[in-house]
Amino acid sequence: MDFSQYSLIWEYMQSELLLLVATVLLFFIDLFASPRFLDKWFSGIACVLLAAVTAVSCIPGSETHTLFGGMFINTPMTTAMKMVLNIGTILVLLQAHSWVNSEACKVRRGEFYELMFFTLFGMYLMISSGHFLIFFIGLETASLPIAALVAFNKQGGDSYESGAKYLFNAVFSSAIFLMGISFMYAMSGSLYFEDIALAATANTALFIVALAFIISGIGFKLSLVPFHLWTADVYQGGPTAVTAYLSVISKGAAAFAFLWVLFKTFSPSPEVWQGILYVLIILTITLGNLFAIRQKDLKRFLAFSSISQAGYIMLGVMANSAQGMTALVYYILVYIFSNLAAFGVIATIENKTGKVNMDDYNGLYQTNPKLSLAMMLAMFSLAGIPPFAGFFSKFFIFASAVNSGYYILVLIALLNTIISLFYYLLVVKAMFINPNDNPIETVKTGCYGRTGLVICVAGILILGIASCVYGYLSGLSLTVGI
Amino acid sequence: MEIPMIYYIVLSLVMFFAGVYGFITRKNMLMMLISLELMLNAVDINFAVFNRFLFPGQMEGMVFAIFAIAIAAAETAIAIAIIINIFRHIRDIEVDKLDDMKY
Repeated sequence: MDFSQYSLIWEYMQSELLLLVATVLLFFIDLFASPRFLDKWFSGIACVLLAAVTAVSCIPGSETHTLFGGMFINTPMTTAMKMVLNIGTILVLLQAHSWVNSEACKVRRGEFYELMFFTLFGMYLMISSGHFLIFFIGLETASLPIAALVAFNKQGGDSYESGAKYLFNAVFSSAIFLMGISFMYAMSGSLYFEDIALAATANTALFIVALAFIISGIGFKLSLVPFHLWTADVYQGGPTAVTAYLSVISKGAAAFAFLWVLFKTFSPSPEVWQGILYVLIILTITLGNLFAIRQKDLKRFLAFSSISQAGYIMLGVMANSAQGMTALVYYILVYIFSNLAAFGVIATIENKTGKVNMDDYNGLYQTNPKLSLAMMLAMFSLAGIPPFAGFFSKFFIFASAVNSGYYILVLIALLNTIISLFYYLLVVKAMFINPNDNPIETVKTGCYGRTGLVICVAGILILGIASCVYGYLSGLSLTVGI
Repeated sequence: MEIPMIYYIVLSLVMFFAGVYGFITRKNMLMMLISLELMLNAVDINFAVFNRFLFPGQMEGMVFAIFAIAIAAAETAIAIAIIINIFRHIRDIEVDKLDDMKY
């Protein structure tokens, strides 16, 4: 038996393996440590482990490695994407701290972290896959534990309803996705991305049907519009930390994987999938925005806002260039910071008072000036107001689409930005202008939650101005090529 | 005498769309789960058949089908856990009862 392969596997799959080691380690700590120790340190240990994994293994190198005959591909860009996902997950863990350690959830704390780490592992596989088998396993590993996480509040609320809705939709769409893959297999006789790219020809009906099935399967995870119906219900009913995770990390990983598959597998025939995506993007951005206007529940509101954001993210895929890839990863990074700031504020207030309605936020500024300020920055960044990071991410993603010649599409997206500004400002107006005789009492944020919010706000303020971030990502994506 | 490939494909497509139809029309969650299983199994048939008839020299489709079966089992396990949880709360597994969160 040839053992020389193992050192290569260790070297190239380091982030995946280290994440698994961290998961197992967490499991044993959860099993054997005393309850008092766990109450005090468990969340901290989880954050530190994930940070260590990031620091050791997720620093992008400069070379592309393949393993298992090309099933697993590790490029500088996928490593950068893994780092982005890790940063987002650490922020979610920081925000989840006070909820996970509350009396109701304390018993199941271990499960929360382990399931979270497993979904992250699935996303790693998904974004660095070179074969549809690995891609499918990653997709399922990333979506099945989330169903369990969404149904995490066993005692009450709408958690179980959300869990069921998420799971049934997930399985339905993955069945459709599999059907698409089976047609691809019939055409090319292989499931490697490169082989399919060589064998698939754009003119056959089978190819187009298979492509439509695959796009609808991944479109579900991204909640693009015809497949978005689960989003609002799941976001509203799930625990806020899980909703935050679902809306940024899961979506970001799926967007990158989608781009990867389309670039690698269907690059010889871009006009077919670009035609499909063109319609999907317009529908996604417009409908997401229009429905967001009428929402009163803040979690539902952010669900529809995240649907329209997914449409913007897809512009980077449309561009079909290295610039588009850079803009997409940068957009996801900025979106993680802005959206997690909003979710952090909502989670803090929901934990202490149980209120998530927009009318409850009237006059929040009088009692909680710092939280209102963080929320305002998040909303401005999501809407894309200039000095904040959201403006630059939107600018780069529009620029990449314009460079590929989609003028009308970008114009529609720009008009939609104006609509989105309206409803994002509704939240700001509620907090700062609307009068309220008994606003929410002053809420004290815990140490973990405060750290998370401070990092998010710092990210919103700095990421746009520090041009080195975009330049760095751009340099990485140019080495990959398309 | 060997049965031609087209018969298998018709079978799997009928299974698949019977699953889709069942998923949309059934109100009982267990029946919906069974419909989903129909869809997933139709895909497995597809892979096995394509492998057997079109690419007999290799095993890629068969291996994929095995993995798909394993993952379908995991999905069923989680779905049943959630359904049991729902039954404990509302003493019912009709999807019509899960309508707290429509606007």
